[in-house]
Amino acid sequence: MSADGAAPRITWRLATVIDVVRETPRTRTLVLEVPEWPGHRAGQHVDVRLTAEDGYQAERSYSIASPPEDARLSLTVEELADGEVSPYLSEELRSGDTIELRGPIGGYFVWDIPVGGPLLLIGGGSGIVPLMAMLRHRDVALATDSDARHRLPARLLYSSRRWDEVIYRDELARLAEKDPTLEVMHTLTREQPEGWTGFTRRIDRAMLEMVAWPPGEQPRIFICGPTPLVESVATTLVELGHNPALVKTERFGPTGGSV
Amino acid sequence: MSFTSGESHESGSGRERVGDTRRVDGNAAGGMFSEIFVPDLTTARAKCAGCGTEGMIGSLPVYAHGMGTVVRCPKCDRVVLRVARTPQHVWLDATGATCIVISRGT
Repeated sequence: MSADGAAPRITWRLATVIDVVRETPRTRTLVLEVPEWPGHRAGQHVDVRLTAEDGYQAERSYSIASPPEDARLSLTVEELADGEVSPYLSEELRSGDTIELRGPIGGYFVWDIPVGGPLLLIGGGSGIVPLMAMLRHRDVALATDSDARHRLPARLLYSSRRWDEVIYRDELARLAEKDPTLEVMHTLTREQPEGWTGFTRRIDRAMLEMVAWPPGEQPRIFICGPTPLVESVATTLVELGHNPALVKTERFGPTGGSV
Repeated sequence: MSFTSGESHESGSGRERVGDTRRVDGNAAGGMFSEIFVPDLTTARAKCAGCGTEGMIGSLPVYAHGMGTVVRCPKCDRVVLRVARTPQHVWLDATGATCIVISRGT
């Protein structure tokens, strides 16, 4: 913050890759050291800029996966076969490499403790990334205050195609295991492992009625994923009586595949 | 690394899209707006010059493609803001917004 209380101007910074973690066959997390990072709120994103040898530049936005409490910035990147940027980020970058980024960006799709709860998170595919930052932030911020946890219960409904495509699968299980005020529910739309007892279809009205708190509880709702999923879920929740002002969305754009 | 097409601003949470115009949220255009405005424009409110609907820019539908980025009114679909970037300039057309209300910071 500058002296007059306004946010500082967002500038391009050179970030160094500290570590690369494989999350699923198609996603990797880049752990970055960003000099003079001004800090961020859970749900914000950064723009990443790559410059080719001939000077051509491409920019993409990636949600921040790490909570504000982490000293390092994590981005989880899904590789798209026909992508210009994601194959480079997810396959070629190594520890010690540098990338240009600017941020944090976006004050609309953010959640932190003062925003309150209950917290209802609905994600599809790599739409889990900003939602994970919110869950990680909640976990760190409430670690020492179980009363606050009970005031801020959280539910995550996460749609993936198959079990091996579930990003942060083990960490989500660990978080839910140790925290009775966090419920994690999966739906697997294409293929389910043997003995699967979770949902097996795309998110629909009946599922949302089952998972969401009643509108009277005024849950803070964050939906992130492919545009068709986000729009159908947001529309249905408003039809169910949820206040549109409490339903925040982050769309990826149209997608060929179903999530 | 090699790139194959013109510059475009694309967004997604760990996901990018290539090719056709994509509809995303105003939130995704936050970085581009930061080249023009110092305060965060995603939390600013814009009033549509067509129908008077007011919405937070971060929530408005945005169409991003190689030629530029267009922010539309969620109600009447009119263009509220249009931004195009060339190597030398950023062009902002705000004729579709009667006013833009920007928070003075927290």
